Amino acid sequence: MQAIQSINPAVLIASMYVFVLAAFLGYQLISRVPPLLHTPLMSATNAISGISLIGSLVIAGMNKVDFHALAGGGAAAKPSIATLLGFIAVVTATTNVVGGFGITDRMLKMFQQRKAAKGGKK
Amino acid sequence: MEASGVNYFLEFTYLIASILFILGLKGLSHPETARRGMFMAEAGMLAAIIGTLFHHGIITYEWIAAGLIIGTIIGGLMAVWVPMTAMPQRTALSHAFGAFAAALVGIAEFMLHGGLTMPVFTRSALGFEVMLGSLTTTGSLIAASKLQGLIRGTPIQFKGQQYVNALLFASTVGCFLYSVVNPGAPGVFYTMTGLGFLSGVMIVIPIGSADMPVVMSLLNSYAGLAAAATGFVLGNNVLIIAGTLDGFSGFILSILMCKAMNRSISNVLFGGFGAVHHTAGAAATGEMREISLEDAAVRLAYANKVVFVPGYGLATAQAQHAVRDLATALEERGVTVKYGIHPVAGRMPGHMNVLLAEANVPYGDLYEMERINPEFPTTDVAVVVGANDVVNPDARDNSNSPIAGMPILEVDKAKSVIVLKRGQGRGFSGLENPLFYKPVTSMLYGDAKASLSQLAQEVKNV
Repeated sequence: MQAIQSINPAVLIASMYVFVLAAFLGYQLISRVPPLLHTPLMSATNAISGISLIGSLVIAGMNKVDFHALAGGGAAAKPSIATLLGFIAVVTATTNVVGGFGITDRMLKMFQQRKAAKGGKK
Repeated sequence: MEASGVNYFLEFTYLIASILFILGLKGLSHPETARRGMFMAEAGMLAAIIGTLFHHGIITYEWIAAGLIIGTIIGGLMAVWVPMTAMPQRTALSHAFGAFAAALVGIAEFMLHGGLTMPVFTRSALGFEVMLGSLTTTGSLIAASKLQGLIRGTPIQFKGQQYVNALLFASTVGCFLYSVVNPGAPGVFYTMTGLGFLSGVMIVIPIGSADMPVVMSLLNSYAGLAAAATGFVLGNNVLIIAGTLDGFSGFILSILMCKAMNRSISNVLFGGFGAVHHTAGAAATGEMREISLEDAAVRLAYANKVVFVPGYGLATAQAQHAVRDLATALEERGVTVKYGIHPVAGRMPGHMNVLLAEANVPYGDLYEMERINPEFPTTDVAVVVGANDVVNPDARDNSNSPIAGMPILEVDKAKSVIVLKRGQGRGFSGLENPLFYKPVTSMLYGDAKASLSQLAQEVKNV
């Protein structure tokens, strides 16, 4: 990404702000999750951090794979290798996003309150 | 994203995604709102992905499409087919996948932009991302293999292991620092990556399965931080936010799990728990009293209050539905049934809750340790299903015990205790459990699932 060469101190400082504030927010949010839901929490945060997929997408789409250059090796092969690495990253990140959200929902569906609230059972 | 002008559409989708992720996690504060929250997070993810597909840097879509399709198929199959009992393995595997993606993106970035053009800070973030990503990938794979039983779950240790690990860790960090200071040495960067992969193996291999809740949480945290580091490298805020939320979630869970075992994180990582403790805590003496199925059924059927205490044995025996059947049979007779859940019961945080929810146990009946402990003195029968250390009174009474100080479920204060156990052997950690010898305790040997099903049948016939 071009952003890398042009990153300037203001952007960096803004990033640090985002990081620190997200950390505080994370602490507040996660502390409120009851132990009951800790497994779905882990699987949900995992799916959410699958957002690294957006980085993988750009890498996988930035260069075409040139099999000639790839076979030739050296510096000319680098863009192609990067694309293939990006491709693998897209696969694993997508697996996490789809699998993570899917399984979280499957788990959350199971958490049911007693149906007939005061009827019969107890 | 580029110097010539910000892509407002892209940034807008990322902002929306960040907001929806935060609202999604907020939803998880209650089972009633959790699913809606997750739908919001999913919508956010979709927005961010679609926005990214319009990124100006993307010139070819063939590999993207292939990756998305393959990932969706694998992820979809996992979401549908993985049984709830295998949730710890699945989660460990997904930590590996997430961390691997972060590591690969980092390596690719290094190949494309690495070297002299990258500012020092970006280089550090990149190195951090790849180091943490590679370490978490192999560490999580080892954890998953242990949980799946592909490699043995007991700690694997050898003499001088700690020195080897310390050396390995020092070399990895050394390579990291060197490649930050000297960007013109790709060899060092790749060595660091290799050492990172090796470190992951070496760190998790000596840790026993009983400590997995902490390890899982820590790996969760590392995977998140690796994603956050990716955000710093790419100057992308939604990545920083999502990665940090994930990282902190894992970190908080690690602390909670450690508290629940009264141990420090370093003790878990370097302690090699459960390897050589057979001498300690052997003071338990006396006789274990066996109880017949019929007697156990009668005792349960005429109780006023029964508390089930599940442990990892419940998961291995796949006995969650059998517990529920027995509970239903008891409830039909007017017995009050509750479930006491220890924070580290099972192999990951919240493991037991998910299993019991799968068996349609209403979540209102699942009690945390602090809430169920005061109830044991008024409990007629506490039924321990495949739990051991979390009900070991030595943790409370014997300051020499390796698990001294660990908060336990005080089942020994109940009027009577029935322990379902496969055989007379020791539990997973190899510790002697004096609970089994107490006068209030009766042992019911056999496979937990079979015993519970038979008990349910007997209770109906009483």
